[in-house]
Amino acid sequence: MNQVNRNTKAKGVNRRQFLATSAKAGCAMGLLGLGVTGVAKQSSHLDPLAIRPPGALTEDDFLSACVRCGLCVEACPYDTLKLARWFEGAPTGTPYFTARAVPCEMCDDIPCVKACPSGSLDHSLTEINESKMGIAVLIDEKSCLNFKGLRCDVCYRVCPLIDEAITLERQHNQRSDHHAMFLPTVNSDSCTGCGKCEHVCVLEESAIRVLPAHIALGKTASHDTYINTEETTLEMLNKGLTL
Amino acid sequence: MSKGTSNTSTDRFAQAAIDELGWWRAHKFLFLRRASQLSVLLAFAIGPWFGLWLLKGNLSSSELLATIPLSDPLATLQVLMTGHWPELSLLLGAAIIALFYLVAGGRVFCSWVCPVNLVTDAASWLRRKFHLPRTSEMPRNLRYYLLAVVLLMPLFSGIAAWEWVNPVPVVYRALLFGAGSGLWILAAIFLLDLFISERAWCGHLCPTGAMFALLGKASPVKVSAVNAKDCDNCMDCFEVCPERQVLKPALKGTSPMITDSDCTQCGRCIDVCAQRVFQYQNRIALKAENNQ
Ligand code: SF4
Ligand code: SF4
Ligand code: SF4
Ligand code: SF4
Ligand code: SF4
Repeated sequence: MNQVNRNTKAKGVNRRQFLATSAKAGCAMGLLGLGVTGVAKQSSHLDPLAIRPPGALTEDDFLSACVRCGLCVEACPYDTLKLARWFEGAPTGTPYFTARAVPCEMCDDIPCVKACPSGSLDHSLTEINESKMGIAVLIDEKSCLNFKGLRCDVCYRVCPLIDEAITLERQHNQRSDHHAMFLPTVNSDSCTGCGKCEHVCVLEESAIRVLPAHIALGKTASHDTYINTEETTLEMLNKGLTL
Repeated sequence: MSKGTSNTSTDRFAQAAIDELGWWRAHKFLFLRRASQLSVLLAFAIGPWFGLWLLKGNLSSSELLATIPLSDPLATLQVLMTGHWPELSLLLGAAIIALFYLVAGGRVFCSWVCPVNLVTDAASWLRRKFHLPRTSEMPRNLRYYLLAVVLLMPLFSGIAAWEWVNPVPVVYRALLFGAGSGLWILAAIFLLDLFISERAWCGHLCPTGAMFALLGKASPVKVSAVNAKDCDNCMDCFEVCPERQVLKPALKGTSPMITDSDCTQCGRCIDVCAQRVFQYQNRIALKAENNQ
């Protein structure tokens, strides 16, 4: 009887201990998990110049899907893609490229996408010209030689979608008053973000840069009805409204 | 006599086994294991290094001979938990790997494949060498909590967050993709194991190991204390086993089979035992034999 009592007592203590340790362990691991998630979230948008491979899902979806296997990196014949290292900005282990160093060569068969087992590079992308790795932005007009009235045109001429993704817009040169300027202008609907323009820019620091779409593009608020400004303005004028 | 041998083993670890079996046989499975770990690494590395593409990718997901997909079930589960439906090859790859370890024994991965094992074994070797004091044990089931947290994190955050810090693929990325800066995680694990708590990482925390332990529960391959009666209590196996809690039930209990799926099947207990107490055994074959 006594024996039994002692046993049950011991068991009770053990169970209590067990529950206490379990709770502690659970909390500790939960906190660790929160910490890791925090770091992960924090570092998820660090490097604005890290461009994702063709077909990459939007950044958040990409980060949930990519298993960091590097299969895309090994499939790329041009050594364009790299796996991000720790402290490099882009989330560690995920593929990216730096256009200024090696741009995407726009392979017809898109081997990087085909190699991706996780679908973080969308397999429905079969036409490389439809990829949206980023958007080129002529970010520094002050340094761009064409804006100075010269005919550099290098970024324009290297673009695989010349006259479509990038055009030269003729403009009167106010400074000399009798010359024309040809301003490289990116059409964000066609630009694939391959980064060839950024790669070849003759300046020491490129005046044209590929940025991830979420940085390069503005967005009209959904409640905004003045989507087509030209039409709206006409309509307002016709109605006799003053601007 | 057995007393004498066990006494000398205090100045050199597993001396009794080395005297009895010779140095090579007393390190047999250790060497086979290192060979296995390094050949897996090499099979991946000869691709980027020499252009011989046997295996592409890394341990997270890879392609064998450009056809057979292989993927880490934990990474795959995390992706699924974020709500993303991956390509079939990832799922297939995870299924193939899961099936393999289901049969071979889950934590076979830990001792025969995982590169982190080299680091944690080194720490434990140094501990033994310098007679560092045994530190208070952390609960072994922490890894199952961590596994649960790892699988829940993507559910709430939408990102496969564990892959940020998972040390298991870090070594591979460092060697194959030159991502050496991640090795700080390995250094942290080494220091943790060496100075803070014995076998802290692999024996108590690693969620990959925890997942494989769960997977390997039904595996037919087991280590068994077939000659438990010859055990002279030298404790060498307890000294060297990364999961020493699995030994006692086999040595002192009713069934000699180490059924605990925490056993990594490293075979070190077989190596260091001068009395040849342990052996690898096939649970299914044994059962069939007994039934005859
Ligand atoms: S399209 Fe070709 S060049 Fe561009 S990232 Fe993919 S594999 Fe590399
Ligand atoms: S192949 Fe896909 S899953 Fe693998 S690293 Fe590249 S993007 Fe990520
Ligand atoms: S990134 Fe530059 S080169 Fe590539 S499509 Fe866009 S404008 Fe053309
Ligand atoms: S416990 Fe984890 S880190 Fe250790 S050997 Fe197993 S998988 Fe590797
Ligand atoms: S029981 Fe033996 S085989 Fe299993 S982990 Fe321990 S030393 Fe390795």
